[in-house]
Amino acid sequence: MGLISLAIWLPIIAGVLLLALGRDENANAVRWMALVAAIASFLVTIPLITRFDSSTAAMQFQEKLEWISRFHVNYHLGLDGISVWFVLLTAFITIIVVIAAWEVITERVNQYMGAFLILSGIMVGVFSALDGLLFYVFFEATLIPMYIIIGVWGGPRRVYAAFKFFLYTLAGSLLMLIALIFLYFKSGSSFDIATWHNVPLTMPQQTLLFFAFFAAFAVKVPMWPVHTWLPDAHVEAPTGGSVVLAAIMLKLGAYGFLRFSLPVTPDAAHQWTWVIVALSLIAVVYIGLVALVQQDMKKLVAYSSIAHMGFVTLGFFLFNELGISGGLVQMISHGFVSGAMFLCIGVLYDRVHSREIASYGGVVNTMPKFTAFAVFFAMANCGLPGTGGFVGEWMVILGTVKVNFWLAALASTTLVFGAAYTLWMVKRVYFGPVANEDVRALSDINAREYLMLALLAVAVLWMGLYPKPFTDTMHVSVTELLKHVAISKLN
Amino acid sequence: MKDMNWLAVYPELVLLAMACVVAMVDLWVKHPRRTPTYLLTQLTLAVVAVMHWLYFDGGFTVYGMQRMVVTDPLGHLLGMFAAVSVMIALAYARPYAEHREILKGELFTLSLFSLLGISVMLAANNFLIVYLGLELMSLSLYALTAMRRDHAESTEAAMKYFVLGALASGFLLYGLSMMYGATGSLDIPRVFDAIATGQINKAVLVFGVVFIVAGLAFKLGAVPFHMWIPDVYQGAPTAVTLLIAGAPKLAAFAITFRLLVEGLSGVAADWQQMLMFLAVASLVLGNVAAIAQSNLKRMLAYSTIGQIGFMLLGFTPTVVSNNTFSAANGYSSALFYLISYVLTTLGTFGVIMLLSRRGFESEQIDDFKGLSKRSPWYAAVMAIFMFSLAGIPPTVGFYAKLAVLQSLVSTNDATYIWLAVIAVVLSLVGAFYYLRVVKVMYFDEPRETAPIATSTDVRVLLSLNGAAVLVFGILPGWLMMICANAVVLALKT
Repeated sequence: MGLISLAIWLPIIAGVLLLALGRDENANAVRWMALVAAIASFLVTIPLITRFDSSTAAMQFQEKLEWISRFHVNYHLGLDGISVWFVLLTAFITIIVVIAAWEVITERVNQYMGAFLILSGIMVGVFSALDGLLFYVFFEATLIPMYIIIGVWGGPRRVYAAFKFFLYTLAGSLLMLIALIFLYFKSGSSFDIATWHNVPLTMPQQTLLFFAFFAAFAVKVPMWPVHTWLPDAHVEAPTGGSVVLAAIMLKLGAYGFLRFSLPVTPDAAHQWTWVIVALSLIAVVYIGLVALVQQDMKKLVAYSSIAHMGFVTLGFFLFNELGISGGLVQMISHGFVSGAMFLCIGVLYDRVHSREIASYGGVVNTMPKFTAFAVFFAMANCGLPGTGGFVGEWMVILGTVKVNFWLAALASTTLVFGAAYTLWMVKRVYFGPVANEDVRALSDINAREYLMLALLAVAVLWMGLYPKPFTDTMHVSVTELLKHVAISKLN
Repeated sequence: MKDMNWLAVYPELVLLAMACVVAMVDLWVKHPRRTPTYLLTQLTLAVVAVMHWLYFDGGFTVYGMQRMVVTDPLGHLLGMFAAVSVMIALAYARPYAEHREILKGELFTLSLFSLLGISVMLAANNFLIVYLGLELMSLSLYALTAMRRDHAESTEAAMKYFVLGALASGFLLYGLSMMYGATGSLDIPRVFDAIATGQINKAVLVFGVVFIVAGLAFKLGAVPFHMWIPDVYQGAPTAVTLLIAGAPKLAAFAITFRLLVEGLSGVAADWQQMLMFLAVASLVLGNVAAIAQSNLKRMLAYSTIGQIGFMLLGFTPTVVSNNTFSAANGYSSALFYLISYVLTTLGTFGVIMLLSRRGFESEQIDDFKGLSKRSPWYAAVMAIFMFSLAGIPPTVGFYAKLAVLQSLVSTNDATYIWLAVIAVVLSLVGAFYYLRVVKVMYFDEPRETAPIATSTDVRVLLSLNGAAVLVFGILPGWLMMICANAVVLALKT
């Protein structure tokens, strides 16, 4: 069994065992088992990066087994510079989620932990699948645990949010399924993604395929105007659900653009790039403004996620290395930062049971340690130099300047809006005099909460101060991708 | 007697003999749970299933009874699954039937006779044999539906089933007589040959095809011949619904294949258009109407209509490319679709019966409220079935949909690709009501906390059924392959 298989199946098997054996009577044992499983799953991903060879764009750690021989589907896994960091990110965030749920989830603990562990394995599968159908199976399978997580442990409107999440995503991905089957026949009965990269396609075919993929990935990212499921899902999901949604699930869509849309339909991607750029800029500017007026902290961060993901798609469709690498760095840092922001909201919510900004004020007086973390992550969210949030945005803006100065000017308004909505929230929630009795009664974070926030803070700082390991791993794969995208598939 | 070849009909002979033996033996059984009858029936079914499997594994095609019947891998594969599905159905049904005082010898005898009818249809090589098997199966099922004599709904359902079923049989028989008039033969291969000569009066032929397709659509339950399905599914005792929803669908597939593909592929262009219409209409009506149901059995009935529509799509792509690959691809996808559908449906009704108790039918969707708190295990099993019906990986239902969709897209013809798009859009609609069942089980608070009590064999079987849906979802290759092989061999002859 290869390393990647281990990273996929270890958490899934652990999750299934928890589902089958865990009971609420032995909740503590369940928690510890989940933590051990999550840490073990993270540890097995570490060799993936330490043994990673950054000098080649080839897929590494490949595993290939025949799976469904009738359709020539293979269980084919592998990682390149584009995907490898997301595997680590997924496993890392799962640890945080388990820690975050420790005292908060008291009902059906085994199902909660099991669902997150299974979800983690499935998402690693999405990032490492090199076979189209395998990718699709993992991509769709993420819906089931997330649907249950939102619906069971979510807020008052959780049922609505869970259905909206499920049906929106399914609608997009079903069109992608037809695109995948079409490519299977175009490529002479192969589901191999690398083969698809070299299948000649006419322009109308490429256009249809491009939009079929677009339907699936744009919903998942999510891009304006198909983003409306995200605020609902985020607001209603339990803290862990929001963290995983923001930190990893949104990245599945953006990753899909790089793995399918750009290399499989390069000509259509070039022709329709203006659509993506326009939608991305709308997300950056308009959604930034929408975030400004939110009353609910989770909604605010949800809209901020959409705006940040707009930056990622913008970077991808600039067709230069800075843009794509910047987008990737932004994805990773956003994984840490947005995860941390949702955790901070979770910390407050666990104590006061309100997500309304107006219910708070002057939290710094009663929770100084927590506020230090929260303000730090808020700074990272608005892209302060020295934090992970800065590097990606800066790279994308540089990439945009190369293409068009005015586009870059428009894109960089995110720095203003981002700072505006984040800092204004910080001001209203954390600073000022103590607003009410609830805030006065707050107790500062305990060791567990300190640990999870500190882990994320270290990651954010590391990305901000020394992003070289990230960009180095990506460099060769991204240049190779760009070379490939530059070659027309018509003829 | 020349050319009888009894070997070809051994499974049917065993079934016939044992159905009579079971009927006799039951007269002496005093046991309230009918254990001897039950065990004897299950043993018979197991033997028949094994025989079918061995024949299937042999991979040969033999004609028997003066070429009235044919025994080929396709028939035996379906026969095996039909026998297994009756086995599973009876196992789920026993506790339920016991509480409703319908656990009588007739339940077992009639089930065996309906399976005999199914087996006869599967082996038919002659129009009259098809009809004979169909009537044997249908009459047994009508009687089974009416088993709760003091229950108004059951009686009404049986009446409806009988009247509409008889009408459908009439349609079919009329169509078959047209065929006889046009081609001068009732033998399926001779009809095929006659049409292939091109000397046949096309008007009579197509007129007959219309009636045959209508009759088949009735039996399959495709729109606009679906009216009996919701009422019968809802009205029949759940134990019998399970018998109607399982093996007979396999038989309907088989006769559709025998009549339309083996007999009438010369006029495929005509019946494919009809099937296309039936398929799309069933997908639309089944999926949309299911949303509005609050009764789970009725919802599943509409969902069946939608699923059958999806399966029928697999029958449509032949003429375009006019080579056997495309045809075999389509039919084997349809076969795979149907087998996975039956496997899932059996489990779904199994869970419904599991939750039913004496004097309480657990058939409203709301009866499933909070099941995950009452019994996490069965809630998970039911969720697997629902996700499979919705076609979400990693369950077998996803590969079923994938197989049919790829057979459509493989034609590389715009009409079929649009059909595929329509099918996925409507399966999105379908996802909504399957998800609602999951929602009710997982997100809602339980209305009652009574523990679920049932016998061990049902528990084990239900868990195995759920595991099968999941395992075939993770490793579907084998099942797909045997379906493909069976269809390819059947087309060769």
